[in-house]
Amino acid sequence: MSAFFHTDIGIIILTLLESLAIIVPLLLGVAYLTWFERKVMGAIQLRKGPNVVGPFGLWQPFADAIKMLFKETIFPAGADKILFTIAPMITFGLAVIAWAVIPVNDHWAVANINVGILYLFAISSLGVYGIIIAGWASNSKYAFLGALRSAAQMVSYEVSMGFVIVTVLMCVGSLNLNDIVLAQRHVWFAIPLLPLFVIFFISGLAETNRAPFDLAEGETEIVAGFFVEYSAMTFALFFLGEYANMILISAMTTTLFLGGWLSPIPFAPFTLIPGVFWFLLKILVCLFVFVWVRATLPRFRYDQIMSLGWKVFLPISLIWLVLTAGFLEIFGMLPHA
Amino acid sequence: MIINLIFDVFSLILLGSAAMVVTSRNPVHAVLFLILAFINAAGLFLLAGAEFLAMILVIVYVGAVAVLFLFVVMMLDVNFSALREGFQRYAPIGALVALILFGELALFVTGSAISPGAASARLFPTPQGISNTQALGSLIYTNYLVLFQLSGVILLVAMIGAIVLTHRDRKRAKQQNLDTQHARTPAQTLTMVSAKLGAGAPMPEPKKETL
Repeated sequence: MSAFFHTDIGIIILTLLESLAIIVPLLLGVAYLTWFERKVMGAIQLRKGPNVVGPFGLWQPFADAIKMLFKETIFPAGADKILFTIAPMITFGLAVIAWAVIPVNDHWAVANINVGILYLFAISSLGVYGIIIAGWASNSKYAFLGALRSAAQMVSYEVSMGFVIVTVLMCVGSLNLNDIVLAQRHVWFAIPLLPLFVIFFISGLAETNRAPFDLAEGETEIVAGFFVEYSAMTFALFFLGEYANMILISAMTTTLFLGGWLSPIPFAPFTLIPGVFWFLLKILVCLFVFVWVRATLPRFRYDQIMSLGWKVFLPISLIWLVLTAGFLEIFGMLPHA
Repeated sequence: MIINLIFDVFSLILLGSAAMVVTSRNPVHAVLFLILAFINAAGLFLLAGAEFLAMILVIVYVGAVAVLFLFVVMMLDVNFSALREGFQRYAPIGALVALILFGELALFVTGSAISPGAASARLFPTPQGISNTQALGSLIYTNYLVLFQLSGVILLVAMIGAIVLTHRDRKRAKQQNLDTQHARTPAQTLTMVSAKLGAGAPMPEPKKETL
């Protein structure tokens, strides 16, 4: 049996099974994240949230999915049909393929590659294409405005995100995500690199176009921004892509700063619990903060977003990069992998 | 077997999309095909074992440069049919440039593929036992430090030059100055007026804003 898994076909089957083992829980997670968000926002705003379909409204995501499936997909006049259909697929597909490298437990990743963090960064930098293509292909001014806003915004916040990642890499000495988590055995990077942790999380909000940075949608100004012309399943793919991206950014934050699958309390009864549990728990905490922020903060103005990204986050992350490098060099703590 | 198949798929898509870049009528489609070509080139880099270059290609070219490129092409209202008019006149020159490039590339590639000795004559042979991220890093930051810094300076100069050339300080644009806003006090902006019953009060003289 194990010899079979080293043949060509065996490797393909094994990889397919591993991918399924990631994608199926991810899709369920996305479905229930919508439920979770509505429940949490309901609680924050003193409402009940979904409570009709099933116990505690637990079947609500499936009801929504069925509704979306049976609606009609409408192509606007003058739309570029092929690109119009591809755009939501790009958004959702990118949110899923990024999971190939994320370690759920020690060495539990579909692909434990040497440049894991660069792969994640590359995939998240591609995310802008789904939005910009959707905005252009819709042949609508609102959609185009939303696409332009989001393109500029995502490119700006990627810069400081990149510097944060470089600082973490310097402390680890490896680009492998497994090594990054293992380097946090003694102290999570969120503690020594606290400002960068905050910057990374806020940039993550901006990368996923979530409130308070949801100018790409901006219901009150540009209707729904880049997906104003989308309906039925094409809309659902954008919607699910946004939530999958939220989970992805939470997983990245967990891996880079919150010790991944490592137990937060490093002694006996807690270290026996499988790492997957801790990993999921940390993601859930991050997701709660995502929802909490959305329910609490008003939307930024566009020039404020830009000045926050370029004039606040970029200098701070640059200075911290230099400071960390200097600190590691002076105290001889530079890792030699 | 699988590796060869993947190589074939990547190179076929790469060649196909590269052809579409120059032939497609819609400029936005051309840029999107260019992006597809970049991604497939990154896949080929991966197959060659250059994972760092592959990722950097995606991050820098696809994630940043091509986005701005797409931006410009979408925003600019260029008359591309007018641009195509001179095609037959410029085609020979373009073909010549392409031929020279192809010839140089062929010389370079066949040099190391046909004669095994060429690989050992390289200035910096492929290092064994360390990942190519590390190998690149140690080369760039030790042997080529000065060149690396110089290229950074050149880029900086280019950036400043672009800003200086295009930036026009239009005084018409309204700008928010957070410092002056925060420095305002009630004494600067508010006036208490006592209004007589039935007669109202005269409008107070507007204070001079010290901006």
